[in-house]
Amino acid sequence: MPSVGPVFSRLILALSACFCSNAWADYTLNMTRGSSSTSQDIYHLHMLILWICVAIGVLVYGLMIYAIIRHRKSNGHKPAAFHESTTVEIIWTIIPFVILVVMAVPATRVLIDMDDTSKAEVTILITGHRWHWQYDYIDEGINFLSMSSTPEEEINNLAPKNPHYLLEVDKPLVVPVGKKIRFIMTAKDVIHSWWVPALGVKKDAIPGFTNEVWTLIDADKPGTYRGQCAELCGVKHGYMPIVVEAKSVEEYQAWIAEQKAAKAKAAEPPKPATPAPATDVKAGEAKPAEAATPVVDAKTYSKEELMSHGENEYNGICAMCHKASGEGMPPTFPSLVGSKIVTEQQHITEQIRQIIQGKNAMPPFGNQKSDFDIAAIVTYERNSWGNNTGDIIQPSDVAKVRESLKKKS
Amino acid sequence: MDVSNTVTSHDHAHDHHDHGPAKGLMRWVYTTNHKDIGSMYLWFSFAMFLFAGSLAMIIRAELFRPGEQLVNPEFFNQMTTLHGLIMVFGAVMPAFVGLANWMIPIMIGAPDMALPRLNNWSFWILPVAFSILISTLFMKGSAPNFGWTFYAPLSTTYGPPSTDFFIFAVHMMGISSILGAINVIATILNMRAPGMTLMKMPIFVWTWLITAFLLIAVMPVLAGCVTMMLTDRHFGTSFFNAAGGGDPVMFQHVFWFFGHPEVYIMILPAFGIISQILPTFTRKQLFGYASMVYATCSIALLSFVVWAHHMFTTGMPLAGELFFMYTTMLIAVPTGVKVFNWVATMWQGAITFETPMLFTLAFIFLFTFGGFSGLMLAITPADFQYQDTYFVVAHFHYVLVPGAVFSIMAAAYYWLPKWTGHYYSETLGKTHFWLSFISINVTFFPMHFLGLAGMPRRVPDYALQFADFNQIVSVGGFVFGLSQIFFLYIVIKTIRGGKKATNLVWENAEGLEWTLSSPPPYHSFTTPPVIK
Repeated sequence: MPSVGPVFSRLILALSACFCSNAWADYTLNMTRGSSSTSQDIYHLHMLILWICVAIGVLVYGLMIYAIIRHRKSNGHKPAAFHESTTVEIIWTIIPFVILVVMAVPATRVLIDMDDTSKAEVTILITGHRWHWQYDYIDEGINFLSMSSTPEEEINNLAPKNPHYLLEVDKPLVVPVGKKIRFIMTAKDVIHSWWVPALGVKKDAIPGFTNEVWTLIDADKPGTYRGQCAELCGVKHGYMPIVVEAKSVEEYQAWIAEQKAAKAKAAEPPKPATPAPATDVKAGEAKPAEAATPVVDAKTYSKEELMSHGENEYNGICAMCHKASGEGMPPTFPSLVGSKIVTEQQHITEQIRQIIQGKNAMPPFGNQKSDFDIAAIVTYERNSWGNNTGDIIQPSDVAKVRESLKKKS
Repeated sequence: MDVSNTVTSHDHAHDHHDHGPAKGLMRWVYTTNHKDIGSMYLWFSFAMFLFAGSLAMIIRAELFRPGEQLVNPEFFNQMTTLHGLIMVFGAVMPAFVGLANWMIPIMIGAPDMALPRLNNWSFWILPVAFSILISTLFMKGSAPNFGWTFYAPLSTTYGPPSTDFFIFAVHMMGISSILGAINVIATILNMRAPGMTLMKMPIFVWTWLITAFLLIAVMPVLAGCVTMMLTDRHFGTSFFNAAGGGDPVMFQHVFWFFGHPEVYIMILPAFGIISQILPTFTRKQLFGYASMVYATCSIALLSFVVWAHHMFTTGMPLAGELFFMYTTMLIAVPTGVKVFNWVATMWQGAITFETPMLFTLAFIFLFTFGGFSGLMLAITPADFQYQDTYFVVAHFHYVLVPGAVFSIMAAAYYWLPKWTGHYYSETLGKTHFWLSFISINVTFFPMHFLGLAGMPRRVPDYALQFADFNQIVSVGGFVFGLSQIFFLYIVIKTIRGGKKATNLVWENAEGLEWTLSSPPPYHSFTTPPVIK
């Protein structure tokens, strides 16, 4: 049997590789059963059709192998003369057709079930950006960005890779278990696809259009579920992970309350008489998304405050494309080292504008980042990697640019 | 009726013909000879196969370990894009056209193709088109980097400047394919030997006739698609831009309306080759010739109504998803009929295992395997989990490499003695086969596991749980790549010498090509043979 030997030896090779692998390599050979009703339906369909294919395969390959072994010339086998039969042609047209109908019935049932997004208890708008996800809890008024948090050193093999390498984000999507969740998908720039295998959800996020999909995570399966963008969306397509934290309903409610409180606090108009709000916003503690607010921050910050907050912000969002070293990846992502916009004084306004409104491949960050964040980033970029301009930009400068942009539009 | 016409025109044409090829390089530039052009197509496609294959080697080297190793993600995306484009348009399609050029006239008893000058032109467009496409690698601002499916708006609003060169190259490839297809149809319909009715044609000729109609039907759609891209990019239209009232998903509809029949363009001639080789080495007539022809026609017709199964995750209405799921599943019926007919052909034969037969058997095994995963992908809810993962990569590589490419290898070994007048070395051929067969499975089989475990396609880096399988895949890929250089050696060795081939070449070969000398005369059938 010349053709079948390697098939098995290859399978054995693959299987043995699984057992002698490293501890962190958590192998799976099959599709996940997942933790939602949909993912389990899909899993069962997958297994049904897999076994049907195995059965057909055993039959067809079995006959072929039998013929290869028995009906060979070297065995002295004489060729038969038959070469057509309408009867068998009809039989092997009808039988597969019947098998297909058997497969189509449950597939149709699952598909109809998946299509029904009504009666959802939680609705989340998911917006794909190059290259991060934005989550808007429509009924709660909460929104934030979720970005890859895998350090550049790990990608560049300069540090050991952590177990969730490329599948970790700064701020995961939090959802309740046991409640029907509706996701509305869209995108800002190109087509992305939001995929979390354990939820059985993969749907394209298309610029200018919305898609709907729902999931219901089993009440007894809270946990962390990971996924990735599944539609090629450009150079950072492989670095656009999704992390979903499924919490019990109580914990979810508590999380919502916490987020709302944080948002309310950030939205409070600063009391001019209150001393030292700066100590509240120590670098590193500032939560970017929650700080997103149009309220004017009139305080004057020191260069050190701006630089240290700027470094944090820069490494959080900007370094993904422009690199921690500021060198970017030309020509798609220009270098900021010695760049005109970043070093010449007359371009400060333009630099702030680009961060607020975006440019070409760069998405706009104006809605997610506060004046303080942007001021800190601009200050950091103008005083790092040999860009020693000494320029210090205050939140009030950013506020002015925002005002002028508003007037223009 | 057409037969008598061709007979007179042959005799007429014959009077003005030279009897041998011109000398020197200009022979190849000016040639209108179907064999010369067929050989050039085959060499060109093999060169592109090695080039696009070496891009795949870069991909596999980068994916050998997690982390960024050799190339940056930007270059990686250019590699996946050009690998796909060149393999599809530069390697597989021209190889089949080359085989059509070589074999159709001598299989139907014609002296040459019907439109020899057109034939010359349709070949010589290709090197120009691919020079332009490959030159984008050296252009400022990156080569095309949006995948071979070049979805808008990634390829329009966000495409690199070189996208325009890509569009121009695709236009030229399309023109070449359409001209080639016209030639095939004109040849088959007009130049068959007296007595060769349509239902007496060799099955390879049948599959190519159907393929040629598919090409004429869908290549203009591709041309329309890239033209809309061009005007979106430069002339202010918004076909695929939602901001201007267009629809990015419409791009996918247009692309896959071309793309799905394109898949069959790359496999129907393979079916023909397999149906041609199998009877020789089983020493039995092809089982169910008529049903093979009808099955091929059904597949070709169905291929126009299944395109949106590539787009299940784009959010089609339920009725659309159901329609495309059902039609896609339906394709399994005629495809199954073909496989069953091949098995029935083998049944009770007197099988021998020369290299072409080994590739043929591997084709039937592994193409069927790719068919199974295709059936799984047809189930829409399951497709939501498979879509855009390595499971899909495994699926289409199984139908394209051990499918289309193996059929081309089988054809090469099968007809090489006829083309060159020498037998290839059976030992070397079998070594090449076993190296290819084992390495191709080591390469593509573990990809199923990777996809099911959740690895998306087109990523330059991956999570740690995918590391070991990716390593196995890369090793398999390298061995497969090197094995093809060995194939080059075998072919060159056969051209330069070897055991003299008889006219019949194979013990039980049937068909007009085996009535000619090996190698055949420069002008194949100067007097048409008569088919009883």
